[in-house]
Amino acid sequence: MEKNKTCLILGATSGIAEAIAIEFAKNNFDLILTGRNSDELNKIEQDFKIRYNANCSAHHLEITDLESHRTFLENLQILPDVIVFAIGYLGEQKSSEAHYDEARKVIDINFTYPMNLLNHFANEFEKRKSGTIIGISSVAGDRGRKANYIYGSAKAALSAYLSGLRNRLSGSHVEVITIKPGFVRTKMTEHLETPGRFTTEPQEVAKDTWKGFAKKKDVIYSKKIYRYLLFVIKHIPEKIFKKLSI
Amino acid sequence: MKIHGWGNFPFVDSEVKYSSDYSKIQDYILKQNQVIPSGLFRSYGDSALAEHTFSSLRLKRFLKFDLENGVLATEAGVSFAEINEVTIPQGWFLPVTPGTKFVTVGGAIASDVHGKNHHKSGTFGEFVNRFKLMLSDGSILNCSKLENPELYHATIGGMGLTGIILEAEFNLQKIRTSVIEQKTLKIRNLDELLAKFEEFSDFTYSVSWFDTSAHGKNAGRALLYLGEHSKSNEFNLDYKSKGKLIDLPFNFPNFSTNSAFLNLANKAYFAKEFKREKNFTTNFDTFYYPLDAIHNWNRVYGKRGFAQYQFVIPFENAAENLKKVLSVIEKYGQTSFVTVLKVFGESNENYLSFPKKGYTLAMDFPISRKSLEMFDMLDKIIASADGRLYLTKDSRMSAEFFQAGYPNLYKFREIKSKYDPNNKFNSLQSIRLGI
Repeated sequence: MEKNKTCLILGATSGIAEAIAIEFAKNNFDLILTGRNSDELNKIEQDFKIRYNANCSAHHLEITDLESHRTFLENLQILPDVIVFAIGYLGEQKSSEAHYDEARKVIDINFTYPMNLLNHFANEFEKRKSGTIIGISSVAGDRGRKANYIYGSAKAALSAYLSGLRNRLSGSHVEVITIKPGFVRTKMTEHLETPGRFTTEPQEVAKDTWKGFAKKKDVIYSKKIYRYLLFVIKHIPEKIFKKLSI
Repeated sequence: MKIHGWGNFPFVDSEVKYSSDYSKIQDYILKQNQVIPSGLFRSYGDSALAEHTFSSLRLKRFLKFDLENGVLATEAGVSFAEINEVTIPQGWFLPVTPGTKFVTVGGAIASDVHGKNHHKSGTFGEFVNRFKLMLSDGSILNCSKLENPELYHATIGGMGLTGIILEAEFNLQKIRTSVIEQKTLKIRNLDELLAKFEEFSDFTYSVSWFDTSAHGKNAGRALLYLGEHSKSNEFNLDYKSKGKLIDLPFNFPNFSTNSAFLNLANKAYFAKEFKREKNFTTNFDTFYYPLDAIHNWNRVYGKRGFAQYQFVIPFENAAENLKKVLSVIEKYGQTSFVTVLKVFGESNENYLSFPKKGYTLAMDFPISRKSLEMFDMLDKIIASADGRLYLTKDSRMSAEFFQAGYPNLYKFREIKSKYDPNNKFNSLQSIRLGI
């Protein structure tokens, strides 16, 4: 029997990550789940074992502990075929404007720490000459808006990073996929007002991600309508854009 | 947002809270003055409706599956549809299932649901070993027949009024095949139907559809569906979940539910069976969940919504009482299409559970001034027959009628006031009925 492929989910307790993990489990991937909340993580592990008969293990990973990134990778019994990076922190825009610590936290969790962790994996994948890195960025990184530009800046950096990584690794048979979800109904956004029909469910993002993975896409907007919406938003002249509230 | 039950009546504006994190649920419960737990909103009336509802739909994890003994533990928001997909292929099936698989475990406990095998197996709640319940002070209690037994018996069938069920453990039944051997009998009138129920009481599953358009000597003509897990030696656990075959995109216009139309629909449904008796094999979903094939079948009743009137009455004078019911329906010129009669076995110890020994009849009627008047008339017949209505279906009965039908209400209230002294857990229904 052919051996299952392995998918590492970084930040598995997030709504989007859990939904993506389900897609990989349904497609017979073995799963390695990481997160901070061990109770929650163990529950997800158990659920996947019962529901999808998945080979599944859970590991504690504190993304803010930079020192631990290298050891985490070294302690994995197997270098995964696919990694999904789904750690993110929305923060609160007003608080980010007023307090450096909050702004720094938003930048670090969404960009600095992921950059370091993904560097380690990218180097290994490059050596092995195979693998897929899927990063969950956001449409917020496509253009800065007053509603969330600190978070948006961090996601813009992450998108640029993933783009560069894709460029670097394209000769090494390593795929890099950038997922740009719009407004997704998850724990992270439950205190916010939903934008009506633009609201996306985590399951939709997960399905789009799996499809993108299967078709080796580079950048995926989810839902798809965001691609067109963002195209328009990106092309509004700055003179006009600066006066808008969108 | 606007929320409503399966009957699309009534509607209420509600703030719905979701969470999968027990400590966050705790914080939420502590700061609320009022909340009612909710799930997939398959209860028909106002039992899950309130200004603040806590949705269990993020509590969606399987916790434990003991394949040896068929014991399953899940969080409260897991649906029967999800359970079927996991357990049937492994040779285990829900011990009791209602006519839709789109109910959550939490909802099934809160309604103490019954199925086509009630006369043999009882309710779903009778297979629940234990559950975790979050009380109004945010604390979490384990409930079973041994641990907090009073709370256990108040919560099963307790319509979410004792607290939030977080997770539950229950027993499944062993199956060899996912094939059902079905027998369908065409029945000429009510007396014959009741006699046939008696004659075939050994069947594990029995339920009848009932033609409410027939009057006089044909009154109560029916199709009796009997089912048994296939005993053939063929080991076959294939299960293809049939969900959402047809999706109704809009509410039907109100005239689609006028009596003439429904009369025709009834006659056609009865006439489609030609033979007096038909034996064949079928699959789980077709047998247990015929209506799930049309995802939003509740929309055929139009924007005004409908009420399902489901009562149980004792065997004593049942034929006479059922005839009285039918004659009231005839008098008001009303017709039901989804009409289901079945025999209930013994009642259980849960204070507010609906089933008790006798016949239960469920009928759907579009909401109108006339149908509401008719329900009041029917209530009188049911009350004098020592019967009662199912809380899960109800959206309109009076507090007096309810209280007369549920003799253990005083016990329930005792437990409720002990664990929820400020009546934090309440719904439109519990307020209307003074529970």
